[in-house]
Amino acid sequence: MPSGNKKVELKAQERREFLSYAWGVGLALVLTFVPFAIVKWSAMTPLAVLAFIGVFALAQIVVHFRCFLHISLRQKREDLLLLIFSALILSIMLAGTLWIMASLALRMGMT
Amino acid sequence: MSGDIAKHPGLNLGPGHGKDDAAAEGLMFGFWVFMMSDAILFGMVFATYLTSLSATAGGPVASQLYDLTSTFVETLLLLASSFTFGMASLAMKYRHSQRRLVAWLLVTLLLGLAFISVELHDFASMAAKGGVPTRSGFLSAFFDLVPLHGLHVAAGCLWMIALLGQLARYGVDTKAKLGIMRLALFWHFLDIIWIGIFSVVYLPGCMHAVG
Repeated sequence: MPSGNKKVELKAQERREFLSYAWGVGLALVLTFVPFAIVKWSAMTPLAVLAFIGVFALAQIVVHFRCFLHISLRQKREDLLLLIFSALILSIMLAGTLWIMASLALRMGMT
Repeated sequence: MSGDIAKHPGLNLGPGHGKDDAAAEGLMFGFWVFMMSDAILFGMVFATYLTSLSATAGGPVASQLYDLTSTFVETLLLLASSFTFGMASLAMKYRHSQRRLVAWLLVTLLLGLAFISVELHDFASMAAKGGVPTRSGFLSAFFDLVPLHGLHVAAGCLWMIALLGQLARYGVDTKAKLGIMRLALFWHFLDIIWIGIFSVVYLPGCMHAVG
């Protein structure tokens, strides 16, 4: 059974972890609301809007990883390496696909 | 995490859970490997969607089919369900009553089901406007990507129902704990995929309606 001191420590830890979820939801709400508002109401150029959407999406993904999945830099090395490696593979395949298919469309005159 | 190094992704049970915490390390890593491969699958489907954007073949285009308000509602439902799942994880970790754990899981399940029904309603209204998968390459790619995420959410809901049954029959034992922890990873991961979907599919699609 945990001693009194241990109980206080657990309570504090629970509060910290609750706050992590609460912050996560709060930040995610803001990061969701802004791009929706921009798309609905702003009169910026399409390229600027796209840039905003991209930045806010990346920020929200980081928030979700940090606050909901509890991924931090103080993680076991293998977990973090796997995450970074997957991100690398994903970006190579995504960027490669888009590049090759766009180039193909251009050469075939299908713009 | 009180300065400790996390042993695996997701909320760690901590040393207070003894053998359950020790058993989690390998299982959670294995599940994390699966999820990263699933992320790559989703990435390629995203790439397919992006390369098919202009392949509308004279059919309806994104701005005629997408509905920004309903996308916003779906986003809020999933975000809320991520939070309530977090509350369920905390209830389990800090050994609150099983009723509290089950209540949070039930709320999460209801939010997930609400998300699926709003999404199905979306698909139905798209189909009513002629937006069916067979109409164009663009629509095939759309119905490859978005319902794939919806299917994942449906699978998560089924898994949740199975876990609720397991909890009712056996209580919060090692197997139930590890199941809930893996479902938590899966659920939060699906919410991250959804960020990609509304940012890549719906927001740019609705943008052209305005500009």
